[in-house]
Amino acid sequence: MDFTFNEDQVALRDSVSRFLMNEAAPELLREIWETGGGRAPELRSKFAEQGVTALSVPEAYGGLGLADVDWALITEELGYYAIPDSLADTVYVATGLLCAVPEAEALREQWLPGIAAGTTRVSIEHPVNPWVADAHMADLILAFRAGADGVLELHALPRAGLEHAATSSIDGSRRLSILAQQPLGASTRLLAGEAAQAVADATLDRATVAVAGQLVGLAQRMLDLSVDYAAQRKQFGRPIGSFQAVKHHLADVLTRIEFARPVLYRAALALQRGDRNRGALISHAKLACAEAAWIAARKGIQVHGASGYTWEVDLQMFMKRAWVLDAAWGDRGFHKARLAEALLRADAPLGPAATLY
Amino acid sequence: MDLDFTPQQQAFRAEVRAWLRDNVPTAPLESYDTREGFEQHRAWEAKLAEGGYSSVIWPKELGGRGANLIEWLIFEEEYHAIDAPMRVNQNGILLLGPTLMEFGTPEQKARFLPRMARCDDMWAQGWSEPNAGSDMANIASRAIRDGEEYVINGQKIWSTRAVFANWLFGLFRSDPQSARHHGLSYLLVPLDAEGITIRPIVALNGKQAFAEVFFDDVRVSVANRIGEEGQGWNVAMATAGFERGLLLRSPARFQRTAQRLVDLYRRHQASADRDPSIREGVLKAWMDAEAYNLASYHTVGRLLKGGRIGAEASTNKIFWSELDLQMHETAMRILGPRAELIDDPEVHDWLEGFLFAQAGPIYAGSNEIQRNIIAERVLGLPKS
Repeated sequence: MDFTFNEDQVALRDSVSRFLMNEAAPELLREIWETGGGRAPELRSKFAEQGVTALSVPEAYGGLGLADVDWALITEELGYYAIPDSLADTVYVATGLLCAVPEAEALREQWLPGIAAGTTRVSIEHPVNPWVADAHMADLILAFRAGADGVLELHALPRAGLEHAATSSIDGSRRLSILAQQPLGASTRLLAGEAAQAVADATLDRATVAVAGQLVGLAQRMLDLSVDYAAQRKQFGRPIGSFQAVKHHLADVLTRIEFARPVLYRAALALQRGDRNRGALISHAKLACAEAAWIAARKGIQVHGASGYTWEVDLQMFMKRAWVLDAAWGDRGFHKARLAEALLRADAPLGPAATLY
Repeated sequence: MDLDFTPQQQAFRAEVRAWLRDNVPTAPLESYDTREGFEQHRAWEAKLAEGGYSSVIWPKELGGRGANLIEWLIFEEEYHAIDAPMRVNQNGILLLGPTLMEFGTPEQKARFLPRMARCDDMWAQGWSEPNAGSDMANIASRAIRDGEEYVINGQKIWSTRAVFANWLFGLFRSDPQSARHHGLSYLLVPLDAEGITIRPIVALNGKQAFAEVFFDDVRVSVANRIGEEGQGWNVAMATAGFERGLLLRSPARFQRTAQRLVDLYRRHQASADRDPSIREGVLKAWMDAEAYNLASYHTVGRLLKGGRIGAEASTNKIFWSELDLQMHETAMRILGPRAELIDDPEVHDWLEGFLFAQAGPIYAGSNEIQRNIIAERVLGLPKS
């Protein structure tokens, strides 16, 4: 029994963190937010140089073959630096999907080297999300859709020839589209029926853990920004951070973060091990991390005062990402319903130590 | 990261489970804040000590098991899973015990620790005073050196268990010229000493849960001082974070309550669902109890690798005390108009727990003080 990370996992996280600190400064983020394409291609090639794009790619395809628990710490960093959707979607969630489908051997041959090299972007269409993130620049779209007979199918679609209508998000780094829902033929179909459903469920779980990690990372960033601000901003002749009302706001944020992180780690492990209760544990992680992020945003803007309500101060970018990721890959209603179903079953994971087995 | 318990840990769990199954009283004990209930609990503590379970992390020669913190979590899980009695001597075992182990002389350890483990001695705490609550450094009770004795005058208050205890540990001002946290000494005082008056305070549940203790020229041997004269504050604080932050409330206690809450909700789901926020409250209770458990395993893992307790000491206190309130509030709302019926078997424990939960955010350092500690010592914000 050792519910902590090993030295390699921490060292990898630290190296990704150092890289992002230098390369994903708020100025760059702001540029992404304020330019039409919404992406910085040079950032992606730097990610590739660092090996970040190859983390999930199996070693046979030139990657590192990292598992979900390793990723938990990395997704926190992606959140902390508010990295746009397509990175985690491509190099973690979609890569995991491609590796989980035995029938996708040809796709793996075709796409994994490009993912590892940072030249390929993949988007995922899933019934839980009304929109698809970054479809406009995806090279490959993995789409879960009901076929004509209502049975779920998984299709691998090249972007070329696929109509999409863009829609705008309050998060300027998000580029959302609705894909044309024309009938899809057998030529793009990878799976159908139960097999497609199982992969859809696994993809939802992996994406949910990725979003939860980003949310708690965002919460930590908003806390750090707010602590810095409270230590510098003076009123009544002293830093506002010396006032108890302000201190208590920030102490509450830290407390929520401290009790969200271990839940994230347990969820990542449940995903990696395929635990029977993983659905409930993963939904719990999403809810706990979203709560931490929303509290960090609310308290953060309060501590920043009027400047927190401006476009100019960086806090806004992190708040907006926290707000929109809350409902990505299952809103709170979805995850609460899934958790309630697990808890009210006869074999619910209740009582001392129940979730450790 | 590995959630598998070792064969040794599994064997320990099996042993604890079997012992508890054979020894836990079949009928619930009376409240330990009554004379009869106190004696029942004391007998239970003695039995626990016989089995070597009064404090599993203590060294064997002092009446413990020499267990590590994972085994402590396992013990707590088994203890709460079977609804074993509440622990009556936790103030001694958790607050004084570790202080004695770190700062006590060999004679003091031999004299007090085995008796504490067997509950031969029952310890009350003597920290707070009428003008030294959250501002504990404002302690005014004096212990003035007179040869090989201290002469104590003053008053302590909110001394948990003091009505039935026979010893008190606390801080007293040994240097009358000193101020704040300087010049205090950590003393052990027999409560049957001449000059001591104990006046019970009736708590919210109508029972004598704590007391005022008055000292009128009470003479205590210098041999009863822990650590150096004037160093009492540092002695008291040295173990406070670890003991209060981690050991005072194990996660199993809250997981068991969350489990009971889910059961209660299921039994009354039809009426409970008229208020959708009740279901929400049940989910939140389960989630936060689980979060507390996972955070504890994470912390224990860090400590076993040589880490030190940090922010957890204060965030834990805030989290479990608010969780305990939230769970009991939800139970009261499920029980609806029956929730006031203290003799109703389904209500009784929830109602007692609800009353006790009101104290959680206040005792062991109020949650406001914990938030100040987090802000200043963890987040680095300037002092007020």
